Parts: sequence; structure tokens; C-alpha cells
Amino acid sequence: MPAQLKTAGWYRAAAFTLLGLAFSFSLTTLIRSLYGYTPLIDGAAITIVSMIAVPFFFLVGLGAFDYWFYWAAGRPTRAEDHASHGAHSWRDYFKVNTDHKVIGVQYVCTTFFFMFIGGLMAMMVRAELAAPGSQFVDGQDYNSLFSVHASLLIFLFIVPVFAGLANYVLPLMIGAPDMAFPRLNALSFWLLPIAGTLMTTSFLMPGGAFASGWTAYAPLSTTQPLGQMCFSIGVQFAGASSIATALNFLVTIITMRAPGMSFWRMPLLVWANFATSLLVVIATPFIAASQFFVLLDVALGFHFFDATIGGGRQGNVVMYQHVFWFYSHPAVYIMMLPGFGIVSEILSVKSRKPIFGYRMMAFSLLAIVVLGFTVWAHHMFVSGMQDWIRVPMMITTAIIAVPTGIKIFSWLGTMWKGVIHLDTPMLFTLGFLTMFTLGGISGVMLAMVPFDIHVSDTYFIVAHIHYVLFGGSLFTIFAGVYFWFPKMTGRMYNEKLGKIHFWATLIFFNLTFAPMHVIGIQGMPRRVADYAQQFAAWNLAISIASFFLGLSTLIFLYNMVNSWRNGPKAESNPYRSLTLEWQVSSPPPIFNFDEIPTVVGGPYEYGVPGAVHAIMGGTKPEPVAATVGSDTESQES
Amino acid sequence: MKNPREVTRSDVIMMIGIGLIASAVGIALGLWIDWFPTAAATQAAPIDTFYDVLIIISVPVFVLVTTVVLFSVFRFRMRAGEEELDGPPTHGNTRLEIIWTAIPSIIVTALCVYGASVLSEIDAAKADQIQVTAYAQQFAWDFEYTGSNGKKFLTEQMYVPCKPTTAATGDGAACSGQQIKFDIKAVDVIHSFWIPSMRMKQDAVPGITTHTKVNPNRIGSYPIVCAELCGIGHSIMRSTIHVVTPARYTAWLAAKSAAKTG
Repeated sequence: MPAQLKTAGWYRAAAFTLLGLAFSFSLTTLIRSLYGYTPLIDGAAITIVSMIAVPFFFLVGLGAFDYWFYWAAGRPTRAEDHASHGAHSWRDYFKVNTDHKVIGVQYVCTTFFFMFIGGLMAMMVRAELAAPGSQFVDGQDYNSLFSVHASLLIFLFIVPVFAGLANYVLPLMIGAPDMAFPRLNALSFWLLPIAGTLMTTSFLMPGGAFASGWTAYAPLSTTQPLGQMCFSIGVQFAGASSIATALNFLVTIITMRAPGMSFWRMPLLVWANFATSLLVVIATPFIAASQFFVLLDVALGFHFFDATIGGGRQGNVVMYQHVFWFYSHPAVYIMMLPGFGIVSEILSVKSRKPIFGYRMMAFSLLAIVVLGFTVWAHHMFVSGMQDWIRVPMMITTAIIAVPTGIKIFSWLGTMWKGVIHLDTPMLFTLGFLTMFTLGGISGVMLAMVPFDIHVSDTYFIVAHIHYVLFGGSLFTIFAGVYFWFPKMTGRMYNEKLGKIHFWATLIFFNLTFAPMHVIGIQGMPRRVADYAQQFAAWNLAISIASFFLGLSTLIFLYNMVNSWRNGPKAESNPYRSLTLEWQVSSPPPIFNFDEIPTVVGGPYEYGVPGAVHAIMGGTKPEPVAATVGSDTESQES
Repeated sequence: MKNPREVTRSDVIMMIGIGLIASAVGIALGLWIDWFPTAAATQAAPIDTFYDVLIIISVPVFVLVTTVVLFSVFRFRMRAGEEELDGPPTHGNTRLEIIWTAIPSIIVTALCVYGASVLSEIDAAKADQIQVTAYAQQFAWDFEYTGSNGKKFLTEQMYVPCKPTTAATGDGAACSGQQIKFDIKAVDVIHSFWIPSMRMKQDAVPGITTHTKVNPNRIGSYPIVCAELCGIGHSIMRSTIHVVTPARYTAWLAAKSAAKTG
């Protein structure tokens, strides 16, 4: 056997992929022959088994499990020599790497790749909707486009891009040399391209890509062509990645904080990811279950959601929605809380002031975690569930506005009387503050059952979700990527292009999504390829604005690529930030800190005379360190 | 010279003034926009009024946040020579934090009470009902009536009676009459029965019968829309509800009852 096939890497991964296909073919055919099914060789069955099995073969080939296999087989494991740590050339980003900084970059680049694919699908959706009637896609393809658009942007972009940003900065922020489980971290990342590939390539399936929306409501999803399985199985890989990363964050935050980094000295980004990880660990198994149910219904005839069997007493259709939304409502906080963390970091540094009401900020995150699990059925006010559930869910949903409001007002308090540095990350942060407020307001409106009955499943919902996920999450993602770009790449981004990007995004975002509120209330349902003539003018305007919104992301792409290659070298701490990730070089050394720092104060003590967050270089702190000396000499060690 | 970082009493008054004007403009705009489709049932008025109240409460919230952001940006932005300056080390203000926890709590509680009362109003059953069963299937609606001869029949277009309350009897005439009670069933996948002009929506779910009610109050024809993604033909799954005078309804019912096929 050639050496290339013995060592971990892409050649071995390709070989193992073929092996996986052969395995799936044999296993399926063997079982079908044992049961006496005809035809013996069934393409759909083999495809489904392959979609589950081949990714594992691929991962084994790539080397994601090498260490554990060596250990299990009693062979000498590579002791922690950190051979797979750090990136020395671009090729290292395509390997199984255990360095949280490399993994963070892998995450961010992969997720933005899928952001552009998902965004392109949105452009096609808007092109079809530019005029009533059919333009260039038929109903099934149209349904596929918006389904894959939503699935990619939720499961392959917003959820994991936050995990990627946090992967990079969180261990640095708490003074840890890496995540708690570096190999699990690497595995978590490599599950993502698999999920993305499954969802994207579902267009190649006979019958087209999955077309039942990202919600995949049964029994529509259980009666769809094979492409539906790309969603059901893709979500398992994305979900497993999410859960593993969340566990990793939890253990890292709980056990690997630097000396002196008490919970109440943690930056709010760390708090936000702590809260998010709790949500992920508790909620994500529910969407995994809902999609396993669909998979079992389709592949093995379990009839979970078949209301015709047993006189309608066996299958339960509404059940799917309860299980699905028990994840998917907390999921909107999974997609928002890390953004809250990013915004807290940026607002404090860029306003040169401590976070206003730090403890309330942390408590409100935890309040959202708890309340987030009590509101799922507000997605189901017209679903046919028991009527009495509606009013309690309306109340809990409206109450979530309170901790969210606390955060918004505290951010305003943080800005007040600060020294505001109005650069690109700050602009996106302020854009988030205002746009997310709008999304929050329409959220409270939607909580109100009588109004929701009318606008449920209309463009009002589409407007609302894009105000919270685009105006909310994506604005914070842009803010975070610009903010930590110098740290991650060692280069500065182009400020002028960044500002152009912000204004283009803000303007065309509003022109695209604000009119959707109007047409939704006027009576345009969502997820339609065609609509009544009365909505034609608005839809044309929305489509034109959306194309400019799409183009605005190219400014971002150019800025990122060009600045990474040619941007001016970044200082270690260009923003005079106090948090730990800025106290090391840009990009940080392979093991982050030459010596683990000692934390002696809060992370946001801007303007506090003599305040010190951490003492670098491992020197013992003075008993009253917070009031003596300056941290400037000890920064560069 | 006045320090631009200092916030004086007149600044606060100015912000409040600008906020009030912006809120007034925003509310006026929000109320002026013709949001809802033509109202054709008594369920519409309380919902539309509720929405107006939501607008009146929402606009000032957005204006408040935006005003503070813009004022801060203009007044507290970093000026030349301030590159090394830090803001005042304020860590919080307990009284302020209690206020902005309490006031939103009161607002949302009030909205929930109002919302629950509107819900019970639009859900209220009238004694005088016509029962119609709506069957949803990919990609059409069928409505089952009890004919004048007591036999059931199916129709693709809905007709409901409504007695004009004025002399006018044409489209747009005000009317009142029986409540239409829908039993909704799905044949294949989930659909959603929605009459935008009557504001009521209810999913059609395989295996169970769901219900909704409307009290038509305006003569005319209004679209019935499927609101839940149901497959390839979802966007063409439409029907019409015709609100007609009792005389026309009786004639239609008689003709349908007489027809051999259902």
C-alpha cells in the first residue's frame, strides 16, 4: 500500500470514502437479501445508508479518529507533541488540526463559504419573485431553493460561525492555552463540511433537493423525494458538531479559566457562550430526534407521523412540531446570545467605558436560557394544538422581551458619555442595536395570539426572522469578524471599505425586509412561488433591493481576502482593549500564552484609574493590585 | 467654551422633544399605512385595533433606542486629541436598572391581558351557526355543506349568507348574520385555512379535525389562501368565499342541493 494511503490525509480520505460506499452497498444488499426484499439492489436505500456511513469512513480516512484508534489498539499514541498544532501554510487549514485558533479560522471560512451559497439561493428566490407568475423555476425547485437557503444559513452559517469566532477568542479570553478537548474540537469542525455538502448536493438527488422548508413539517417531509434525507441526515451531523462544541465550551469555561478568572470576572462573550452552550446541549437533541423520526418514517416505515394508520390513532402530526420547536425556538437564542456577547465586547472597548450593569447582563443571559425553553408553542398558535396552551405561551414569550430589553438598555447605558470610536465594528454594533430592536418589537407583536393568527405563515414572519437573524445575528457576526480580524490574521482590514459595506448593508437590508411587513399583513403567504397581482409592485422593489444587498457582501469578501493578503500588519492591541486576547501578539503564539496570566480584576475597567484586568507573564499579583501600577509594562512579555 | 461631553438639562429636554416628535411622526405613519386587507368579518375590527395599539406602543420604544444611539454618536464621538481618553467609569445604576426592568414588564403584561381579551372576543361562539366542513388536499379546497334537502354536498367555492344592514346590497355593503363554523380536515399533508379579509387562520391537520369561526359582515368575494407549505402547488391552492345576501345564498343552496353530484 502506498504511504499516502497509510497516513492521514485527503488521499486516505478518498480511499476510505470509496470503502464506505462499498460497505453501504454490501450492508444494504445483504440485509435486503436476508429479508427477501425485491429489488435486491435498491438505489434509494443504498443512498440513505451511504449518507450515514460514508461520512464516518471519510473522517476516519482524514485522520479525525487516529489518536483514539491508536489508543484503543494499544499502539503507542503520539504523546502530546502538538504536531497537529498551529498552521504554517494554507494547507494546514485542510487537515485535522487541534489548535483552537486554526479551528476557529476553519470554522469562519467554511461557514462564510456556505453563507455565500445560501445567499446566492436567496438571490434566485428573489429573482423568481420579482414578478407574479413563473419566471424560471417551477414549484418544486422554488421550494427547494428557499428550503436549502434557510437550512444552510441556519445550520451551516449562523450557528457554527458563532462557534468558530468563540473557538478562536474564548480560550484566549479566559487565559487558556486551548480548548479542553482539542481532538473533539477538530472532529466537531470536520462534521460541518459534511453537513454542508449533504445539504448543498441534495440538488443532485433524483426528485431534486429537499423542499419542505427548513422546518420539514411531517407528513409533507415524510412523503418527499430522496433529497429530503439530505436534510434529515445533514442536520444530524451539524447537530452533533454543535453539541460536541457546546460541551467543549462548557468544560473549557468551567475548568480552564486562568487563576483569578472568577465567573464574575469573565468577559460577557464568555458568559454568552456559556449560556448558548447550555441551550445547545439541552435543546439540540430534540431536532436530532425530530429528524430521526422523519428518517425512520421514510426509510423504515415507522409511521410516527402517518395519521392514516391505525384509524388515525397511531401517527401524530402535531407531535412533530412540538419536538421540532422545542429545539428550534431555543435555537433562535443559540443564534443570538453569542452575538450579544460580541456586542458587549465591542461596545465597551469602543465606548471606552465599563459595561453598564455587568451582573444584570450575565443574569439576563441566564434568564433567556431558562425562559427560552418555555415558549416553543408560540410557533404553533394555529397548528391545531390544544387551545389552552396559547395564552400561557403568549405570556412567556412576551416576558422574554424583559431580559432582552435589559440588555438593550444596558448597552445604551454603556455608550452614554463614553468616548465613541465609530469604526466598522462599532457601526455594525450600533446597526445591530437599532435593527434588533425592530426585530424584537415585531417579536412581541407576534407573541400576541390574535395578531399572530392573522400573520402566521406570512411575509410578516419572513420580515421578522430576517430582522432578528440578519439585522440581529449577521450584523453582530460582521461586527465580530471585523473586530477580531487583526487578531486572527495579524493584518488590519480596510476601514473605508468596511464603512461602505456597513452603510450598503444597513440601507439595502431595510429596503429588502421592511416592506415584507406590509405585504405580509396585507395577505401574502410565505413560501409561495407565485402571488396575487396586488403584491407585484412591492415584490419587484424588494427583489431589486435584495440584489444590491447581495452585492454589498462582495465588498466584505473583497475586503477580507485582500486585507488578509496585503493589509498592514496589526499591532497586538490596536484597540487598547483590556481583555486577554489582546494582550498577546497578533496572531497569538501557538500556545497562546508563554505563561498563564493571573487575573486580578474585571474585564471592562476602562476609565478606572489604575485598574488591571490581568497580570501577564505569571508574576504574582500584589494584594491590592487593582489600585497600584499600570498594566502597560507587563503587557508585552 | 462648553464641553461637548457634558449633558445639560437643555440637552435632555431637546432629546425628549425630538423623541416625542419622532414618535408622533412614526405613530402617524404607522396608523396611516393601510396595513390590513379589506375587513369582511367582525373578527377583523378588534384585531386591527389591537394592531394600532401595538404600533402606538412600539414606535416610542424604537425611537427611544435610536435617539439615544444617535445622540451618543453625535455628542460623545471621539474627537481629535481624544485618542487616549477613556469615558467615566460608570458601572451601573440600580435605580435605572429597576426602572427599565419594571416598565417593560408592565407593558408586556398589559399587552398580554389585552391580547387574551381580544382572543376570547374573536373566538366567541354565536348560537346561530352554519357549519361547513373544509377539506384540504394537494392543492385544492373542498367545502361540505348540508343542503336544503338535508343531504351533504361538496363545493369548491364557498357561499355564505349575510343580511345587509343598510339599503345597499352590492359588494361592500355592510351586513350581519350567522356565524360560520368551520370544521377543517386535511386529506394528505398539513395545509392552513386562511381568509385574510376575515383575519382567521387555522391549520388543516391530517388525523384531527380543527376548528375556526368567522362572522362575515361585508358583502363581497374574498380569497381563501393556503398558508402552510404543502408541496409543489402550494402557491396555487386558492379558493374564494362569497359573502352574499340570504336570498342569493338560499338560491345557491337550493341549486346545489338539487344537483345530482356532490
